[in-house]
Amino acid sequence: MNFSLTTAKQGLKDGIPIGLGYLSVSFTFGLMAANQHLSVPEAVIISMTNLTSAGQFAGLDIISSSGSFAEMALTQLIINIRYALMSLSLSQKLDKSFTTPHRLITAFGITDEIFAVASSKDKLINKKYMYALILIPFLGWSLGTLAGAAAGGILPARLKSALGIAIYGMFLAIIIPPSKKSRGVLAAVIISSLISCLTYYLTNISSGFSIIICAVAAAAAAALFMPVNNDEKEEETK
Amino acid sequence: MKLIIYILIMSLTTYLIRMLPFVLFRKKIKSRFIKSFLFYIPYSVLGAMTIPYIFYSTDNVISSCVGCITALIMSVKNKSLIVVALAACMAAFITEIIISCVPM
Repeated sequence: MNFSLTTAKQGLKDGIPIGLGYLSVSFTFGLMAANQHLSVPEAVIISMTNLTSAGQFAGLDIISSSGSFAEMALTQLIINIRYALMSLSLSQKLDKSFTTPHRLITAFGITDEIFAVASSKDKLINKKYMYALILIPFLGWSLGTLAGAAAGGILPARLKSALGIAIYGMFLAIIIPPSKKSRGVLAAVIISSLISCLTYYLTNISSGFSIIICAVAAAAAAALFMPVNNDEKEEETK
Repeated sequence: MKLIIYILIMSLTTYLIRMLPFVLFRKKIKSRFIKSFLFYIPYSVLGAMTIPYIFYSTDNVISSCVGCITALIMSVKNKSLIVVALAACMAAFITEIIISCVPM
């Protein structure tokens, strides 16, 4: 396929649910940052420069416990190395409009959800679509952090606790619908979840490293036994 | 000052991980196995990030489980990301209120 039909308008539209989902997660991040005595601008700068959930939460722990700089770099590397797999995967779906400068900029916006949505397109994607897709999630992530950090002390503990499940609900909403359509996806999700439970309950492997093991093992098993046909890539309905 | 260095290290590491494969990798992958592998990666990553962590995502395992079941049901019905996320939060919130009312 040489034509990419995805547009900026479609990108913005696809970005809205991600941006809304990010509001609640980044709100939680803002709250936690405020609890660790970071100022509102500091919390917002972390969100605007990182745009990643697990990495930022882990980074916050290291900052508040005055961990070493090496620990910070290593932790980010382990937790976020999955993005390298996603970038590699997404690099296969870019059309010719993606010259190096555009790759340099849009690479910043590759998150789990943006990747999932972009890679679910059955067409090649162009740069306008990618920029548009990143915009609203980026704003949602930044504004949610701002609101959470500012609201800091105001929210009752029980509400804060309940908000903790938001990001996981969103993850389920991303993986369940394609799991219903594709047995391969379902198998990958189940294998990955099972290994994740094993490493969580039986070993001391850090969560970031565990994610890599689970993802690689499950995706390899699914690819081996249920390889995808080129025309079989499921369209995610948004 | 130390905080600025922390933030620089965080953001730079994360950016390089995303950028290097994206910029350096230009060839189209031909192998069906590798194509399939890369197709399954996001779902595998999200599966491992969700299970079992979702069960400990609130202050109480029971409210987490109720939130999780709610999110599962809503996801099976193809509800949007935000609807599923908010429903899970609400279910967990209500469960915690109920638990706090029950004398232990």
